[in-house]
Amino acid sequence: MRVLVIEDDRETAHFLQRSLRESGHNADVAGDGETGLAMARDGGYEVLIVDRMLPLRDGLSIVQTLRAEGTRTPVLILSALGEVDDRVKGLRAGGDDYLTKPYQYTELLVRIEALARRPAPEQQETRYAVGDLVLDRLSHKVVRAGEPIVLQPREFRLLEYLMKHAGQVVTRTMLLENVWDYHFDPQTNVIDVHISRLRSKIDKSFAKPLLHTVRGAGYMIRDGSD
Amino acid sequence: MTALTRLLLSTPFRLALIYMGAFILAAGVTVGFIAWRANELLTTSVVETLRAEVVGLREQYQAGGPARLSAIIAERAADPGSSLYLLIDSAGQRAAGNLRQVPPELMDGEQRGVFTYVPQSGPTQGKPRVAVGVQIDVPGGLTLVVGRDIEDLRRFAWTMGRLGLWSVIILSALGIGGGLLVSRSVLRRIESVNETTRSIMSGDLSRRIPLNGSGDELDRLAESLNAMLARIEELMRALREVSDNIAHDLKTPLNRLRNRAEAALRSSAGPAVYRDGLMKTIEEADELIKTFNSLLLIARLEGGAVAESMERLNPASIIADVAELYEPVADEAGLTLSVSAEPGLALTANRELVSQAVANLVDNAIKYSPNGRLHGANGAEVAAPVSIVLKRVDGAIEIAVGDRGPGVAPQDRQRALQRFVRLEKSRSRPGSGLGLSLVAAVARLHGGSIRLEDNGPGLRAVLNLPIGGPNPALAAAGHGREH
Repeated sequence: MRVLVIEDDRETAHFLQRSLRESGHNADVAGDGETGLAMARDGGYEVLIVDRMLPLRDGLSIVQTLRAEGTRTPVLILSALGEVDDRVKGLRAGGDDYLTKPYQYTELLVRIEALARRPAPEQQETRYAVGDLVLDRLSHKVVRAGEPIVLQPREFRLLEYLMKHAGQVVTRTMLLENVWDYHFDPQTNVIDVHISRLRSKIDKSFAKPLLHTVRGAGYMIRDGSD
Repeated sequence: MTALTRLLLSTPFRLALIYMGAFILAAGVTVGFIAWRANELLTTSVVETLRAEVVGLREQYQAGGPARLSAIIAERAADPGSSLYLLIDSAGQRAAGNLRQVPPELMDGEQRGVFTYVPQSGPTQGKPRVAVGVQIDVPGGLTLVVGRDIEDLRRFAWTMGRLGLWSVIILSALGIGGGLLVSRSVLRRIESVNETTRSIMSGDLSRRIPLNGSGDELDRLAESLNAMLARIEELMRALREVSDNIAHDLKTPLNRLRNRAEAALRSSAGPAVYRDGLMKTIEEADELIKTFNSLLLIARLEGGAVAESMERLNPASIIADVAELYEPVADEAGLTLSVSAEPGLALTANRELVSQAVANLVDNAIKYSPNGRLHGANGAEVAAPVSIVLKRVDGAIEIAVGDRGPGVAPQDRQRALQRFVRLEKSRSRPGSGLGLSLVAAVARLHGGSIRLEDNGPGLRAVLNLPIGGPNPALAAAGHGREH
């Protein structure tokens, strides 16, 4: 995956570049807003990582300009400003995701991989299947190996989100943001407990587990055979 | 710049002056026009009268010849009054009348108009006076001049004119004087604002603009400025407090982090120890970041920075969502989480922040609840409850989160809401000590409050939020009075 990192702090930029290369991605770095915008325009990148505060041109303006020109490349906005209003501004400007500094590298990696694979809205499927687990988004029914599974509404949304990103790591923060629409840190490991409940419903009485814990990162649902 | 030039340059004075100028100009034009028209009318009417008289005299001449005309003129000229006559015979000699000669002004052109003459008798004998007259030729070579003395009228008009001029002068003087007085009082009040501003700029943030209590627009302006100053002072104070806290309370964990890294580096036990040291360093850094984020959030809340993102929402759904988030955790800790909400309530608030506040309270309640089971009245074990109760109290809603834990002693309750205060000495349970102060900041941002109560046994934290959301103006004014 080709990634463009627009970040003015050299050390952060090089840390990201090196880490992304280690993760098997091809990362370029732009040190200021104007260079970043020029590279984003004609670089053919799959994901842009844009810092909010940049010399010459700020991050939000880059995203706005790209969107106004019709560029649909997914953008992850990085910012030291992390309050509710800043996040709303970032997403309104056309950003697809927003991550507050300081962040864990795994969190960033998982998010840009999710962004790059995100299907366009019109292509969203009405039915997800992982192994013998099937979730029907229209009838709100979940079936594993032909057996219906009864889920609470929130458990359904949790599973829906995990299955939408099947084969990808999903972090706790991503779950909290997308399933609960909370952007704060609830201190206790609430997500882990929800996951373990969900796991007991979809995995417990079956031989092959589908919902996996990825140490130090989050969770992933996938058919164990791949 | 002297006080006088400042006064003369002041806006109210300049306005008064412009107003006065316009007034005088308008008055002058009006009076001038009236005077001109009056003069015209007067002269015309006198000329008309004279004409009528001339017609009469001509008839007398036709009836009685020159002798009769001469006699009548002599008779009329003898009457005291303003009428003037002169009859010149064909030889060019004065035949009758009270004028000495044909006035030179009537000799040419239209032979009528204004002329001056010198009366030969009467109280004003010898002094030139003004009159209006016509000169006509009477058949038989006679010349007749008939006139009217208008000196008195002229004099009256002059007097009126002077009177008008004086009244304009007096009015102007009064206007300028009034303008000066008004400007001075306005200027003095504005000067007091300036003076206060200067002293605030030089560092004394506690100064306020004095009010004169009249409630006029300047007073209202001063009131708004004072409210703004109070807010600024409050923000400055909050900022100072935050930086003090950061300096004081983040140094300890930073130092711990440094020590850990140093210890790992000094050890010669090999990669495993390094690795362990680095992992712990990252963990420590993550904790620091969390604390730092909470601190920043509290500071921003106290700065009122997110006040604009309030919306109308249903508080019951907020607590239902938070309860749903924590229910599995409570269940795992052997607690029951009960929710009771008054239906049909609405609240103007920031959903995210109120959710976070309630989440913090529930998190605390779960954290401090006794593990496992309580002993019921009959000795049977019952689950320790954590309760969330939502109800309406006057113009506010109250969200009460209660537990059956050790509670907080009455004398410690206020302190527990402060930053970094953790009441248990051992600090064995996780947490930064910012949870409750974050709740307090959220409450303040919404114009509400947080209080801790005895839950008999246990602790009940009650979050009080006004239904209509915060009223920034009132809140700021309230702060102003406190200081």
